[in-house]
Amino acid sequence: MIVDKINTEDMFLYYSSKMALNNISIKIPEKKVTAFIGPSGCGKSTFLRSLNRMNDLIDGVKIEGKVIIDNINIYDKNIDVVTLRKKVGMVFQKSNPFAKSIYENVAYGPKINGIKDKSQLDEIVEMALKNAAIWDEVKDRLGDSALGLSGGQQQRLCIARTLAVNPEIVLMDEPASALDPLSTAKIEELIVQLKENYTIVIVTHNMQQAARISDNTAFFYLGELIEYDRTKKIFTNPDKKQTEDYITGRFG
Amino acid sequence: METKALIGEKDNSNWRELKNKLFFGTVVVLATLTISPILLIVYTLLSKGLKQINFDFFLKVAPDTLQAMTAVRNGEIIPGGIANGITGTLFMVLIASLMAIPVSIVIGIFLYENQGKKYANLIRSLTDILQGVPSVVLGLIAYIWIVQGVTKGFSALAGSVALAIMMLPLIIRSTEETMKMIPISIKEAGAALGVPYHKIILRVMIPSGFSGLMTGILLSISRVLGETAPLMLTTLGSTTVNFNITKPTSAVPLQIWEFYNNPNMIDLVWSSSLFLMAFVLTLNIIAKRISMRYS
Repeated sequence: MIVDKINTEDMFLYYSSKMALNNISIKIPEKKVTAFIGPSGCGKSTFLRSLNRMNDLIDGVKIEGKVIIDNINIYDKNIDVVTLRKKVGMVFQKSNPFAKSIYENVAYGPKINGIKDKSQLDEIVEMALKNAAIWDEVKDRLGDSALGLSGGQQQRLCIARTLAVNPEIVLMDEPASALDPLSTAKIEELIVQLKENYTIVIVTHNMQQAARISDNTAFFYLGELIEYDRTKKIFTNPDKKQTEDYITGRFG
Repeated sequence: METKALIGEKDNSNWRELKNKLFFGTVVVLATLTISPILLIVYTLLSKGLKQINFDFFLKVAPDTLQAMTAVRNGEIIPGGIANGITGTLFMVLIASLMAIPVSIVIGIFLYENQGKKYANLIRSLTDILQGVPSVVLGLIAYIWIVQGVTKGFSALAGSVALAIMMLPLIIRSTEETMKMIPISIKEAGAALGVPYHKIILRVMIPSGFSGLMTGILLSISRVLGETAPLMLTTLGSTTVNFNITKPTSAVPLQIWEFYNNPNMIDLVWSSSLFLMAFVLTLNIIAKRISMRYS
């Protein structure tokens, strides 16, 4: 049976007075890969960032409606954003490792959360790096600076860093858009593996990528959710004309 | 030539080349003129000051007039050194740093976090005004606050407070600028890992901007190292090594002034100046190295 992990109801988002998201209602299933596609500026990244309240960091953002994760509205007043973000991790478009060693990057989250035991940290770091499919490449140089890794490796390190906090949901904002095809293939492979344990939501500009890795696809246009269905259906037989125009490359 | 035919004007490339050379020559001459004072300063300090520099110069306090006079008469180098000044300078700069650095970094981060807000803009303007206050005025203020108010006499504390006030605007602005240069993505990475706000500042932002912060701190220190006027009004000077914050203390620039006023110790003016300049220069080079290594 499919459980809905994230459930938004009539959600609106405004930048100052400009409406960026218009009445988004969507149910995102647990332990599946859900892709958001759409042309630039359609609101897909904004929507993704509102799922772990990263938009809180931006001045002038106002949100209406509900974003329910595990039956809790994350925009309720008494929600602890820090706890929320531990549960809903995020990987960004541009890899952003800290200027620390590979080990320290991954151990960072657990350390901040109070894990001090060295052997326990070692274990978490190894698991996270293995889950992010980068362990074999870095296991002999965990003490080296993370900034010395290639772009693709840095991105997988960032995924490992996110996994180390043990989230349930991983949001990915175009995680492969700055990478070469080989690194992209590795990230995609990784995403498909990750859905065994995590709910993945990914924003992508690359429609082939969405088609390859996602179970469900949502098409956004001008701040609205135009169509949301199984990926196969969206790419072979979409209901809406706009969706079809977009995936066939007629605009966007 | 094709182009000549196309443009249909007379070929004046010789004149153009000459203009080019003239301009280049002028730039080279002016650039050389500009750096010549620094070369002359270094040359003068080295030629006049180097002979006084030995172990005693760093380990002993300043000689009294009789010792200096005797040495000068016998054509020997002047005994003694500037140990009281070096220790005093380091001591007061250390205390000034302890006061100024934490406060300035907190204010700098506050300014960064509140871009465009009214209160932050007010503080930023006040910081700029503070930077424009002449150092002698800060010395007077420290005199009223500390010399008259707290230590009831000239003291290292008063000198440190004057120096600390001078350091504030420099570190505040360099902190804010450093924070602005850290990519927002680093902050987001911290937030996305569920790092609480205060820990994002302390354990993400400050470590990421460490080199910038260090550079700002070192430059502000090297800026106050040579300050003389505020120290004259606050810490007066001392002929002995002093580590008591309530007592008058010497400092290298103060000693330069004292040596200058004593006709027998003129050689020490040059060696002390050489030392002070080398010290400031070293700090500046370290600061530059740090900022280059991490940028």
